Amino acid sequence: MTMTQPIRTSVAGPTGVRRLFAAPAPDLASHLAAFGPMPAAFDEGHLIAELDDSGLTGRGGAAFPTWRKLIAAAESVPSKRGPAVVIANGAEGEPLSRKDATLLRSAPHLVLDGLLLAAATIRAGDVVLYAPASSFEPVARAIAERPDAGRVRLVAARDTFLSGEASAVVSAVGGGPAIPRDHPARLTDAGLRGAPTLVQNVETLAHVALLARFGATWFRQAGTPDDPGTRLVSLSGDLPVPAVFEVPGGVPLADALGAAGASVDGLRAVLVGGYHGAWVPASALSTRLSMQELAPFGATPGAGILMALGTHRCGLDAAAEIAAYLAGQSARQCGPCANGLPRLADVLRRLAARDRAEWLPGEVDRLARLVAGRGSCHHPDGTSRMVLSALTVFADDVREHLAGRCVVTS
Amino acid sequence: MTRVDVPFGRRAVGARGARAAGVDAAPRAAGAGTLHIDWTRCDGRGLCTELLPELLDRDEWGYPLARTGPGSDVAVPAELARAARQAVALCPRAALRLG
Ligand code: SF4
Ligand code: SF4
Repeated sequence: MTMTQPIRTSVAGPTGVRRLFAAPAPDLASHLAAFGPMPAAFDEGHLIAELDDSGLTGRGGAAFPTWRKLIAAAESVPSKRGPAVVIANGAEGEPLSRKDATLLRSAPHLVLDGLLLAAATIRAGDVVLYAPASSFEPVARAIAERPDAGRVRLVAARDTFLSGEASAVVSAVGGGPAIPRDHPARLTDAGLRGAPTLVQNVETLAHVALLARFGATWFRQAGTPDDPGTRLVSLSGDLPVPAVFEVPGGVPLADALGAAGASVDGLRAVLVGGYHGAWVPASALSTRLSMQELAPFGATPGAGILMALGTHRCGLDAAAEIAAYLAGQSARQCGPCANGLPRLADVLRRLAARDRAEWLPGEVDRLARLVAGRGSCHHPDGTSRMVLSALTVFADDVREHLAGRCVVTS
Repeated sequence: MTRVDVPFGRRAVGARGARAAGVDAAPRAAGAGTLHIDWTRCDGRGLCTELLPELLDRDEWGYPLARTGPGSDVAVPAELARAARQAVALCPRAALRLG
């Protein structure tokens, strides 16, 4: 499929940061009016080049360069196992994340465009959209509106924390349980039933749809050189208007929180990256939502989740509650995760409850380090990261709790 | 929008393909390779820790714990290659792999 004419679009790329949500309504006519049609014929090499130049990374949390994953799936030897598979992943799992559901409701055609472009690029024989059943209605309506999306299969994701982990996605789409697998081979080499499989977050695919139309230079007009483009953020916690917003890459945390009506004065800290993320104290909210600036806190932009913690709340309480939830979400396949997370959550709970045993913080630290990296998925690593970050950012609470007091209530 | 005039395909994606592969390739440590623990299989009875005490300790639940620090992949020095192969062969749950 080599193109002889340069790609022409009848519509200019959206200006400003309202890109993914630039269409006023989710129907096909609004979509076409806002973005123009998909390039009728396109050159896969060209798309990959644009993706590379754009710096687009996966918006599901792992931030892997999108072009690299596409090329790996495209170049993977078509084996006896069958042609390649592409899966749009709309399973957020994370209770604080709403962006993928919001995107599927507001801009399903952009996601379908990106999914079909990815499918063409890797010559996929099976095209799947995996999302909670609650997101099916807007997607099914969009599929029915266009002639080219009939081959998209909808597969329902269960409502568990790990349902969106890539190997869990492949397992679930194959009819198995939505739990992670030990995967020594990359999924792009051997995924669903052994076929090369590309699992791509739905927001990432929506960006691909825009990049195919408007190119990398346009993409980089928003964001910063190290976090180009826009990204969706789910804002939650102690905020006046918890909601999903589209923000430029590298936006200062305070500005993103401001969009949801928060004033920094009322906050103690923000959990960045969701339950597997890390805490950033209120004193550091000028930090940008970028890999580089968040690194000192052990955080990454992840899937764009920001949870605000108000000044009236105990940091250790919040962390203990999340740790208990995460321990309950272990798929209980891997010994260190199945045994270690409940133990970790329990010791942290005692510290949060102002049990005055001096050894508690040291034991929290030891257990968090013991489980990290010792599972078939990143669940123990993420849990460990969140807990260790709480010990650092809420060091005052730790000291007060050991004295039988609390920073918030005393 | 600039058009990059390369036909798509194994050869044409060449430069990028090579870059992708190069960056992805795991650094190969000098030694006999890497011992990978599949935690979804391991039952923590600890036979491997008896065969490879220089490399593996046991955690408080019995699961192998690399002496070099937590992780699922343990670098195996050349002098322990034989013991590592033995551990792979004898693990009752086929949870170990040398790569
Ligand atoms: S590390 Fe935990 S959550 Fe991940 S696969 Fe193993 S048991 Fe399941
Ligand atoms: S021998 Fe196998 S099953 Fe037993 S502890 Fe070692 S890796 Fe786990």
